Formats: sequence, structure tokens, C-alpha cells
Amino acid sequence: MSSQVEPIDKEEDDAWFASAAKIYPMEVKGRFRKIKWAILFVTLGIYYFTPFLRWDRGPLLPDQAVLIDFERKRGYFFFLEIWPQEVYYLTGLLIIASVALFLMNAIAGRLWCGYLCPQTVWTDLFLRVESLIEGDRRKRIALDKQPWSAEKILKKGTKHFLWLMIAWWTGGAWVLYFADAPTLVHDLATGQAALSAYVWIGILTFTTYSLAGHMREQICVYMCPWPRIQAALTDEHALNVTYRYDRGEPRGHLKESLKREEEGLPAGDCIDCNQCLYACPTGVDIRKGAQLDCIQCGLCIDACDSIMDKVGKPTGLIAYDTDLNIERREKGETPVYRLIRPRTVLYTLIIAMIAGVMLYMQLNRSMTGLSVVHDRNPLYVQQSDGSFRNGYSLRLLNKHNNEQSFTLSVEGMPAGTTFEVVGIHRNDEAITNKTQLSLSVDADTTRSVRALVFSPTGVDLPNSRAMSFKLVDTETGETTVIHDFFRAPGE
Amino acid sequence: MAEYKKEIDQVTGVETTGHEWDGLKELNHPLPKWWLYMFYASIVWSVIYWVLMPSWPLVNGYTKGLLDYSQRAVVTAEFNAAEAERAETGKMLLEASLEEIRDTPELLEFAMAQGKVAFGDNCAPCHGAGATGFEGYPNLQDDSWIWGGDLDTLATTISYGVRAEHDDTRYAEMPAFGRDEMLEKDEIIQVANYVGSVAGLPTRQGVDLEAGKVVYEENCAACHMEDAKGSTETGSPNLTAPTYLYGKSVEDIIAQVDAPRHGVMPAWIDRLGETTVKSLAVYVHSLGGGQ
Repeated sequence: MSSQVEPIDKEEDDAWFASAAKIYPMEVKGRFRKIKWAILFVTLGIYYFTPFLRWDRGPLLPDQAVLIDFERKRGYFFFLEIWPQEVYYLTGLLIIASVALFLMNAIAGRLWCGYLCPQTVWTDLFLRVESLIEGDRRKRIALDKQPWSAEKILKKGTKHFLWLMIAWWTGGAWVLYFADAPTLVHDLATGQAALSAYVWIGILTFTTYSLAGHMREQICVYMCPWPRIQAALTDEHALNVTYRYDRGEPRGHLKESLKREEEGLPAGDCIDCNQCLYACPTGVDIRKGAQLDCIQCGLCIDACDSIMDKVGKPTGLIAYDTDLNIERREKGETPVYRLIRPRTVLYTLIIAMIAGVMLYMQLNRSMTGLSVVHDRNPLYVQQSDGSFRNGYSLRLLNKHNNEQSFTLSVEGMPAGTTFEVVGIHRNDEAITNKTQLSLSVDADTTRSVRALVFSPTGVDLPNSRAMSFKLVDTETGETTVIHDFFRAPGE
Repeated sequence: MAEYKKEIDQVTGVETTGHEWDGLKELNHPLPKWWLYMFYASIVWSVIYWVLMPSWPLVNGYTKGLLDYSQRAVVTAEFNAAEAERAETGKMLLEASLEEIRDTPELLEFAMAQGKVAFGDNCAPCHGAGATGFEGYPNLQDDSWIWGGDLDTLATTISYGVRAEHDDTRYAEMPAFGRDEMLEKDEIIQVANYVGSVAGLPTRQGVDLEAGKVVYEENCAACHMEDAKGSTETGSPNLTAPTYLYGKSVEDIIAQVDAPRHGVMPAWIDRLGETTVKSLAVYVHSLGGGQ
């Protein structure tokens, strides 16, 4: 074959078929490491202990501050109570969460990935456990190369046991959000909890153990969609963990570069010590520039800074910066940092606006409500006297903590219309207004009733007549009006 | 396999599978390990499954498996469990009168839910999902009833059916006035047009309605009453109602007088039990036509 043939199946493509090389991140000390520890303690503290916080809501309701009660179909978050009818409220939280991601990305790249993402936080914790037991990078590499021995089995065994314990606690904490935490802990311990609780603990133990212990950076690199999305959202002013190649290149070992300096040749500050590479939890070389695998956790900054301190050079060879600034420095211009840009302002405004709408809605939350569904089959029924009847399914909501009485009426129908609710009697037969009746709903619940509306005889009705149901809380006067239609065979 | 020799493709440097077609060799890109292990795991799983669960078909049956699992047994167990769960409310339904059920919100909600499901399972095939009926199958939504539309009457009709194979079934049969030669052809036309005129239908020209009225009073009024409004006591339909069971036109009336059709409704009490029948009565009553 001619050597001019360009193989489409190159050797380097084999990387996709080879198993991933194991990464042994080195422990580092420094500013970003401290920030990461602080965030780890705060976020895991919130996660593990929130279910035990109490919040008094009166005798009828649960006193757990954060609780998703599937059985009674309620969500509780401190002072908030969410009914299934209000789940759309969570849409606001999701929008805020996604725009907050965009904002973080516009300010300093993958802040979420590097510091806040559960995958990062738990992997960090698992790595710490690993290095406590097996030692730092070099020792771990050596241990893995060793043949199996009692010491190796002991170390590996202890590590996996501790990992499983953490994973188990993670799953255990998860289920506590869905039932009264102290009761559930007791039930779990005595084997009385629901099977689903044990199954969920099992599932989360498995996922935590495998994701944080074994898959680690592969989740970020191969599975997570966010790196792809954020790459499309970023711009030239977003700060990123950046190797300042203007300062670092040409790189060389310390002795070499000192020699080059003496000779008057250009020598960069990077002494090619590979500490940034060893520190990296995803195994990238930050000196190659921004790349998909980099979660921008800042640990290479700490690793590099400590080396720069040792060799007596200024820190910040790797730092939060932009490529734009590197180019400006190369041209001798001063770097610019534009954190306030149209996109960051816009994202902030969107967050503020949605948070404002949510706050307004929460402050003006209705305590009663009504929903109406017109019968579909049949749309109308002709009575033997020639009049028409329409049927409706009504659901009355009472979010008060006590039984509430209501007046329910039909409006917009011709005179002589009769309104009935199955099972409800008008107390006084002398009442002439047959479009209104009274009924009550128990505390903190809903009541479904079947409503029937009878048109008067001898009245021409259109095919569809707009009418409405009106629910008035007799104590508070809170009114809900639901518009619907009265159907008849007319034109 | 002992003679297998690794062959490296010279252009790409990748190992080949040894397969060759017209000089083209297949490069070896093995499946990912995790995939392969999952594949092995599922083979192991299937063998375990064969042993434990019903799996292989035989000539007269199938391998039962060590766990003795049967979907039918599971359904029966779940059905019984659901019955047991409903037993308490069901007992309350059983003890309460139909009026009490309608006027107690918890019982009403339960009966409506149970009635709706039971209606869909048992009644809808004839009466329609919306209970509006078809020709020959009564409309349960309107307020005209052949046997009566109050709660207790509905429960009785559902329990024992109409012209069904039950000792207590409702029974009524209209004579075949034409087929059995009880009336002359002219008389049938006259009486059908008379009934049509009472029901507000256009009648045939030149038909003697007065004669028809005489025929009606002599032959029909005993059951359908003088005012043609029928009687729920004898199960005689109201002839002034907006809808007729077998079509509302003079031709349909002629056909029915000549040789009436009689539908059958099964008796449900033995099949569904009293609780469900009560729920059904409350549900049908609450559709709006109940009296």
C-alpha cells in the first residue's frame, strides 16, 4: 500500500477504547484547599444534619424543618408549606438554580464543578480518607504496584470499609428527608422501617461508593452534561484557572533556567516540576490551556504557589485569569478584569426578579382554593322537562389548620338555574336562591364533590355559555372564582 | 485458538481480528470491559433466573422454578390485601343506609371512587363510559327511569337485574301486538302515530289519531298509563320522555309495537357483593339523574 494513505483510525483514537488510567491526586495545602475544606464541611454538615432540625407548625402538622411528605402529599421547608397544587413553585427554584450556574460560569468559570458539585465534594472526602490510610500520592502508587500482602489488604480493606460507611451515611441521611428523622432512625435501627427506606439507602450507598470512590473524575469527563453546556456559555472575560504562559514559558528545570538566565537567554518561571499535574484530581495538565476535563478546583494554583514560594518567585503563575489578559500582558498592556458585564448583570437581574416573584407569591399565598373539571362524557344531559344539566367535578382546598366553612355559588347563568352538590342539602327549603349553598372542608385537606347545574326550562342556550364557580371563605372572605362553561346542544 | 497469532495492521498500528474480506482486514476494537462484564453478569443472572423462576416452556406446561412464583398468585394476594385494606370502610358502607352514605362526606367519597371503578369495569360495556347508554341500553344520566331512579330502587335493579336469571329479577314483557296478531296492521299504524303525537313527533298524514287513541286506551294505557308517562312499578317506559330506548320515530314505534325487543341486564349481587352494589347505586344516582 502506498504510504500516502491517511489512516482515519489513528493510534491515538485507541485512547477511547483503553481503560482510563488511574489518577493519584497529590495532597496540597493553600488558599483554595482551605476554601474547599470549608465548603465541604458546610455543605456536608447541611446535608447530614438538616433532617434533625425542628420547626413548630402546631399540633396537626409535622415539626421537621425540611420534610417531603409523600404520604400526605406535602412539602415543608421551614416556614414554607408546598401542596401538590403548588409544585409549580419549584419551577422558580430550578430557574434560579440554573441561572445561578450561568452567573457563576460568567464570573469564574466552573465554580460549581470545582467547589460545590456533590460529585466534587464527596470525591474530595473520599480522597482524603484514601490518603489518610494509604498515604499521599507516591505511597499510593507504590502500594498499588506492590503484590498483595497483609498490610496491603489491611489498608485497602480499611479504606473500602470507611468509604462504605460514608456512603451508607449518605444514603441514610437521604431517606431522613422523607419521614420524621428521629422516628425513622429508630425504625431503621430496629428493622421496622419501610422496605423502600432500606432500598433507597442501598441504592445511594452504592452510587456514593462507586461514584465518589471509583468513578471520580470519569463522571465529570464522560457523564456530566454541564461541561458541554458551560463551554457554550462562557466568554473571554470569564475568569478561569489559567496557566500564565507569558510568565511561565519557556519552561525548564530550576537549574536549567537559572543557567539560561545567566546566559541572558529567555527563561520562564515554570520549573516543570509537574506539581500542578500531580495535584490535579482529574489528571489534566493545566499548562495545555483550558480543557474539558478541568473542573477548575484551584488545587493546581495551591500546588504551584507553594513551589513558587520555595524557589523564591512570585506566586500566581497559575491563577484565576483570562487568556485575554495574558495576551494583553504580552503586548505590555495592563490586564483588565470585567466582572460587571451585560451577561452578569442580566443573570443577576433574572435571579432577583424570579426570587422577587416567588417571595411575592409566597406572601400572597392563597389559603383556600377551588378547581373545576367539566364532565367530558357527556357534555350535557337533557332532562325529561327539556332543560339541560351539566356535571362538574370540584375540588375545594383548605390550607388552614382548622375546619373552614365556605359558600359555593354559580354565577353567570340565566335566572331560574339550580345548583346542587351531591350529598349537600340546603338547610332551609325556603331559600329561594338555588345557585348557592354552604359546605365545609376539614383542616389542611381537600374535599372533592360532584356539582350539578340545571338550566331553567324554556331558555335558549348557546352551545357553550361562559359561567363561573365562586368559592367564598365565610370567615376570611377569601374568594376564588373559576371560569368554566355550561354546554348545551344549541348553536 | 492455540495457533492464534497477533497481527498488527501496518497502516494504523492496530491489532486486527484476523478476518479478511477482499484484502480488507478488520481492526480489533474490543467492547469496553464494563460492557463485557455486564454481558457475562446477565448470562449468570439468566441461569439463576431459570432455576428460581418459571421460565422454560414444556409440552404440557412449563418449568415451575424453585421459588414457586406465579403472577396469578401475586395478583390474588394483592387483590386480597386490597380487599382487607378496604374492609373497614367497606363495613361502614355495608352498615349504612344509602341515604346515610350520600350524606356522609367520607363514605360518599369512598363510594363514588369505588362506584366509578366498578362502573367502568362492569357497566360501561353496555351503558357507555359516560353512562349515556346506546340504543337498547338505557341512558343513566337523564332523569327518566324505566324502573325508578331513587337510591334503593337503583340498588335493587343493579342487584337483581332485568329479565335476568335471578329469582328476584325485575320482569316485564310487552306483548308482540303485530307478530302475535293481537292488532291489525292499520291499528298499529294508528296507535304508533298517536303515541308519536303525544311524544311530540311529526305524524303521518291521513292517519286517524282518534282511532289510534282508542287503540292506545284499550291496549297500552294499562301499563303505559292514560297520560303515556309510563310506570316504574311495572317497568313501563315513559312515552313522553325525550329519548326512547329503541329509537324515537314513528317507524321505531311501529317496530316496537309489532314485535318488541327486550334487553336483559344481569343480576350483579352475587358477582360484585353488596358493598360494591351500594357504591354503584350511589355513583349512578350522583351522576345527576337520581331521584
